Amino acid sequence: MASGRPLLIPSPQGANPAARTETNSAGPIPPAVAKSSSRRSSRSRNADRTPSSSEFSFAAELKASSKATFSVENFGRSDSKPARRYPSKRSDSGRLGSQREISDDEARFVYINDADRTNNPVRFPNNSIRTTKYSILTFLPRNLFEQFHRLAYVYFLVLAGLNQVPQLDVYSPVASVLPLAFVLGVTAVKDAYEDWRRHRSDRNENNRMVSALVDAKFRPKRWKDIRVGEIIRIAANESIPCDMVLLSTSDPTGVAYVQTINLDGESNLKTRYAKQETLSTPPESMSGLIRCEKPNRNIYGFHANIDVDGKRVSLGPSNIILRGCELKNTNWAVGAAVYTGKDTKVMLNSSGAPSKRSRLETHMNRETIFLAISLTALCSVVTILAGLWLHRHRDELNYLPYYRKKNFSDGDNYDYYGIGWQTVFTFMMAVIQFQVMIPIALYISMELVRLGQAFFMIQDKGMRDEKTKSKFQCRALNINEDLGQIKYVFSDKTGTLTENKMEFRCASVHGMDFSGGQDDEENGLFISVNGQIWRPKMSVKTDPELLNVLRGGKGTEKANRARDFFLALATCNTIVPIVIETPDPATKLIDYQGESPDEQALVYAAAAHGFMLMERTSGHIIVNVLGERQRFDVLGLHEFDSDRKRMSVIIGCPDKTVKLFVKGADNSMFGVIERSINLDIIQATETHLHAYSSLGLRTLVIGMRELSRAEFDDWQSAYEKASTTLFGRGGLLRAVAANVECNLHILGASGIEDKLQQGVPEAIESLRQAGIKVWVLTGDKQETAISIGYSCKLLTSEMTQIVINSHSKDYCRKSLEDAIAMTDRLAAMSLGAQNTITGTESQRVPIALIIDGTSLVYILETELEEELFKVATACDVVLCCRVAPLQKAGIVALIKNRTDDMTLAIGDGANDVSMIQMADVGVGISGQEGRQAVMASDFAMGQFRFLVTLLLVHGHWNYQRMAYMILYNFYRNAVFVFMLFWYVLYTAFSLTTAITEWSSVLYSVIYTALPTIVVGILDKDLSRKTLLKYPQLYGSGQREERYNLKLFILTMMDTVWQSLAIFFIPFLAYRHSTIDGSSLGDIWTLAVVILVNIHLALDVFRWNWITHASMWGCIVATAICVIIIDSIPVLPGYWSIYHVMGTGLFWLLLLGITVAGMVPRFAMKAFTEYFMPSDIQIARELEKFGNLNEATASEIPMSTFSQPQQGFI
Amino acid sequence: MNSKGASTSGGDGTRDSSAPRRNSKKPKYSRFTQQELPACKPILTPAWIITAFALVGLVFVPIGLASLSASEQVVEIVDRYDIDCIPEQFQNHQLAYMQSSQTNKTCTRNLIVPRKMNSPVYVYYQLDNFYQNHRRYVKSRSDKQLRSKAYEHVTDSCKPEDKANGSAIVPCGLIAWSLFNDTYKFSLDSKVLEVNKKNIAWKSDQDHKFGSDVYPKNFQSGELIGGAKLNASIPLSEQEDLIVWMRTAALPTFRKLYGKIEVDLELNDKITVVIQNNYNTYSFGGKKKLVLSTTTWIGGKNDFLGVAYLTVGGLCLFLSICFVLLYVFKPRTLGDPSYLSWNRNAAGHPS
Repeated sequence: MASGRPLLIPSPQGANPAARTETNSAGPIPPAVAKSSSRRSSRSRNADRTPSSSEFSFAAELKASSKATFSVENFGRSDSKPARRYPSKRSDSGRLGSQREISDDEARFVYINDADRTNNPVRFPNNSIRTTKYSILTFLPRNLFEQFHRLAYVYFLVLAGLNQVPQLDVYSPVASVLPLAFVLGVTAVKDAYEDWRRHRSDRNENNRMVSALVDAKFRPKRWKDIRVGEIIRIAANESIPCDMVLLSTSDPTGVAYVQTINLDGESNLKTRYAKQETLSTPPESMSGLIRCEKPNRNIYGFHANIDVDGKRVSLGPSNIILRGCELKNTNWAVGAAVYTGKDTKVMLNSSGAPSKRSRLETHMNRETIFLAISLTALCSVVTILAGLWLHRHRDELNYLPYYRKKNFSDGDNYDYYGIGWQTVFTFMMAVIQFQVMIPIALYISMELVRLGQAFFMIQDKGMRDEKTKSKFQCRALNINEDLGQIKYVFSDKTGTLTENKMEFRCASVHGMDFSGGQDDEENGLFISVNGQIWRPKMSVKTDPELLNVLRGGKGTEKANRARDFFLALATCNTIVPIVIETPDPATKLIDYQGESPDEQALVYAAAAHGFMLMERTSGHIIVNVLGERQRFDVLGLHEFDSDRKRMSVIIGCPDKTVKLFVKGADNSMFGVIERSINLDIIQATETHLHAYSSLGLRTLVIGMRELSRAEFDDWQSAYEKASTTLFGRGGLLRAVAANVECNLHILGASGIEDKLQQGVPEAIESLRQAGIKVWVLTGDKQETAISIGYSCKLLTSEMTQIVINSHSKDYCRKSLEDAIAMTDRLAAMSLGAQNTITGTESQRVPIALIIDGTSLVYILETELEEELFKVATACDVVLCCRVAPLQKAGIVALIKNRTDDMTLAIGDGANDVSMIQMADVGVGISGQEGRQAVMASDFAMGQFRFLVTLLLVHGHWNYQRMAYMILYNFYRNAVFVFMLFWYVLYTAFSLTTAITEWSSVLYSVIYTALPTIVVGILDKDLSRKTLLKYPQLYGSGQREERYNLKLFILTMMDTVWQSLAIFFIPFLAYRHSTIDGSSLGDIWTLAVVILVNIHLALDVFRWNWITHASMWGCIVATAICVIIIDSIPVLPGYWSIYHVMGTGLFWLLLLGITVAGMVPRFAMKAFTEYFMPSDIQIARELEKFGNLNEATASEIPMSTFSQPQQGFI
Repeated sequence: MNSKGASTSGGDGTRDSSAPRRNSKKPKYSRFTQQELPACKPILTPAWIITAFALVGLVFVPIGLASLSASEQVVEIVDRYDIDCIPEQFQNHQLAYMQSSQTNKTCTRNLIVPRKMNSPVYVYYQLDNFYQNHRRYVKSRSDKQLRSKAYEHVTDSCKPEDKANGSAIVPCGLIAWSLFNDTYKFSLDSKVLEVNKKNIAWKSDQDHKFGSDVYPKNFQSGELIGGAKLNASIPLSEQEDLIVWMRTAALPTFRKLYGKIEVDLELNDKITVVIQNNYNTYSFGGKKKLVLSTTTWIGGKNDFLGVAYLTVGGLCLFLSICFVLLYVFKPRTLGDPSYLSWNRNAAGHPS
């Protein structure tokens, strides 16, 4: 927590050391006494202490500072009011420091060890969980209900329903319901299977055993039988069955360690602790009342109090252990169940990320409406003509041989309801007949294609992180194609651009810079304990000179300061050392578990320099100082908070001195350092700090002060008073800390490297070339952010930087106005430059905007937003530093709400969740900071650089494929409908089809479905190599080149022509012949299938054997289907295909239709590809012929082309 | 890479993807999963385009010419008789004439053979403006009933001609009910020209669609007579006129085979046809024509196919020449990176 970075993961762990400390710092115990006092005595003292200060809690701390505000309540909730998100004032700290009292009507009363009373009158849910969606009874209705959320299905259901009306009976009932039933059935079976698996795992989970207190004895009990109020005992390494308040643990101070990997993905151990008031009571005699808030999904928050022994004690998030965690390093823990089953936080949090909808699909709806209009138009034409026909023949209808409305056997009208009704029926029949104009198959095809695309994205070895073995994950299946249209990338910095593996690089100790680190495995890295070798898990580069200073010259000022420096690093933190066994019994590893990677790095560094942290308990720290085991008493600890931006610890040293160690951000530390002494050292340190941060290192300043007895007593009484206060405790404690943290001696500064991830500069350069604007949103301070900006090539030296760093709204307004003026001027300048010197490389001066979180507080959600938007979009690079998580979402929303451009957010930490969910596409990095981001993301991958592959290669392909597939599906069905329509004009508008109804049904399901799916999954316009070599090709997706209204209209015009060719060529050829309806229908069926497949074939970029097989296979399958249908004697078309196939005319017609239908399109394509080539076209040519023109021999163009036969069967 | 290899690796991949992350079994990287299957990447080069158009042109023009000449060889005599066969005095009361059972419907027509017609000469009747493809008409039949005696009562789809006098009609439905009933008797120089009415229907229909045990029953016994009556002693499979008629025409103008004249007809032969003009097309303005025609490989006389092929072929040849000219006058190097939009703009090309 001591890093300069604002709180990223609001983990309650941060609060623990304070609470633990407080147990030992209860009274004015002199260090010597404290040292010698046994645990028992300290515990007994603690037992009669008044209300603990455990709510010196992080939740209050968090709220105290608007900058680090992270309303975890907003997690995953979309209904939170935006107004709550961005506090515009920073002054609520005092008010919020107090513990919120829970009013009775919003509380849950839990009587400990009295489940019956607890569950009366309100019965809380038992601890069984149900993640299944359906039961056997509800499966059918619920599943159908969910499936029919898709509007297209409803449309087809209505049509199928209409078709059942006797007057409208267009298809036979089976044929009309079959396609929809098929789709529904497949999905239902899939859902049922998944649900069954969930059911099975639920059952296993519910039947797990845990020991619960029954009749004053712990007996095994099934998880599902646990009720609120029961006392439960968990043994080491057991899972926790429900959310429970810790009452006591095997640790005498009430500490329990839990692993929360299932909850938030963080693998380090978290400390939870029981209240002193409940610690000593044996579970059997435990009683009391817990009043806690109603169940909610905030896993980092818990408000409750407990009445025990007539006292009311507050409980906070560090007193509760949650379902899904595991107890570690603690022999047992006893707790009272407060939330069970579906009320547990993990269950309340188990809902997935909100589903997003792809841009292409939104556009598709526009065209679907267009198609619906043309469908209505076609139907209206038919209806009007049919009405006119009926009107003209109204007197003859009784007798006309082919209408015969009069039924002479019973004298009634047969099937005739007057012209008005007849036209209405005609209209409805026409809708049923032409329903495929809106393609049902498209929706299924899209699902399948996305599934296939996801498969290939997951399989791509180019996006697999070999180091961490983390694969690409496709968590959202419906926005694959959005990846091809991204214009803005919002990136987190730490963990995303950088590895978030903090490495200690250099230190400035006593005004001297030690940065000549070298990797030295043996030197000072191990100590022996009882003949065993203990070594830290990670080695750190050490500076030999610094080691010399530390080891030699004891007593000198320099050596003492250096020792104090590392002692500060080893003690002033919240790291828990954990000893791990190694295969070699003589060696043990010490793993430093902690929540802040900076602290971990510092402790490892201290260990490497001979100050090895060995043990940390609530009251003391054991450090191996240069081979000598020393015990330090922790007398007080002031937690890091983002107001002070520092933390401090008060240590009782073996030599009976009391020392205050403080570490913190430079700007905060220099305010409390005594400047009158050691001015030269301070200045030297400042110089070093500047040098470090310009190297991109994260810096911390360390100071110390020896406390006199009087000072310590003052502090202790103040601390005691503050921590026993009920209201405003947070603020008081902060004041206590601020009082004591003053007049420090400077010890030095540390520089920690946050290493850039592999390939980040190159990735950013590629993205920039692809026309994607990369914005970096980081919690780091400005200098660090800028230096990282330089090192990852986001910022370049020729850029003009606009820095907005204001502390009031007026300043912000002014800065923004200045910035607008500046961008305008620069734009005008570059425009002028371009006019005068055309042809040279772009004269535009690139602009970078750097803005900090404080300014954003005044800008976001106010009228200044508009101006920020103007400035930001005019800039090439935007760097936001010191931003709070919700501000990140605010910035994404700034772009998303004002433009149509697609946004992508990428991040790895819990603080990126809001941004990831806000952006059109959210990408999570499965890295160090837990899995919150991954859980909220649409795609997850191991490293930032894979973003290039993901966007430029897969995004491009996905977009191209999906865009083409949608257009093609529209075309394919429209051709068919138009063909039917033309025929209707020659059947007295009676909506006859020559095509058998089975062929009509199978047309979009079997005859033509497979090739488009295969092409949608496998076709590649350009190879991976080309796409990566020319990132600019990504622009085709951004410009929506493959799917737009113009293309749609052109396609539809082509559709009309092709349908005319299909219909009229056979029509005219057979005009005066004996041809029967079925034969002509067969010709049309085959012609339309061949034509649409050839159409597709002409557009395929890459023919591999699968494409060949599906394309030609489909035509063959159609022929087979037609033959089968015509071999069924009860169908009227019996044997037609055999008759018609036997004539030469049939084959000539098929050939003629195909050629005549394709000529306009082919000619158009040939013309545009040669004379108006798109970038993609040129790149394709380059791929194929480029090696002739290009000298670079390293580019081996696609060896695949030379061997197409090999793969083709 | 063969198909088997690709599909197995695909299967493995699916399993991998669902497996948890920790299960770090190294996935099999195949060319399939990396989307690197060997593939052909056709590009429309000028040579390809010109060749394609020229080829199509060169194939289509000869086919067109062949079709035209084939159509030219067909000798066809078409005689519209529906108006002329009504006596003068009934011209204004055509319907009354047709509906009356008193009037004599016999009519004699003389046809002159324009060119030698080799046998077999097909005799068709052609109806115009007759919607045999009308939705209600097409559906008004019972294929089950036609096939076998057992399904004689399956007449649901036949309305309004499903039952008469309380029992099922065989064959039921509007199609059968409206069976064409004009008859033609041909004579050449007072010598009767035999018209062979055997084998005019599809063999498949006779064998499988129309049962040999199904006999006409109750047919045309209703109030309104639609057309021909059937001999109740002949099974449906032998009623070839009915079978021909039941194979409903695709278009409102259609021909149906009446029979075959199996002798050659010489040039200027004068054929006398005695027509029983029974069939009422007058109520809806339909036309009736008698057609005698020979056939070739493209069927009857039809110039359309030839013309269409010539047009398309000619167009393709024209396009191929156009593209040749375009390529000559506005050449572009294929795959020249300087044409890429970003290079073009930077190089000062007009975009």
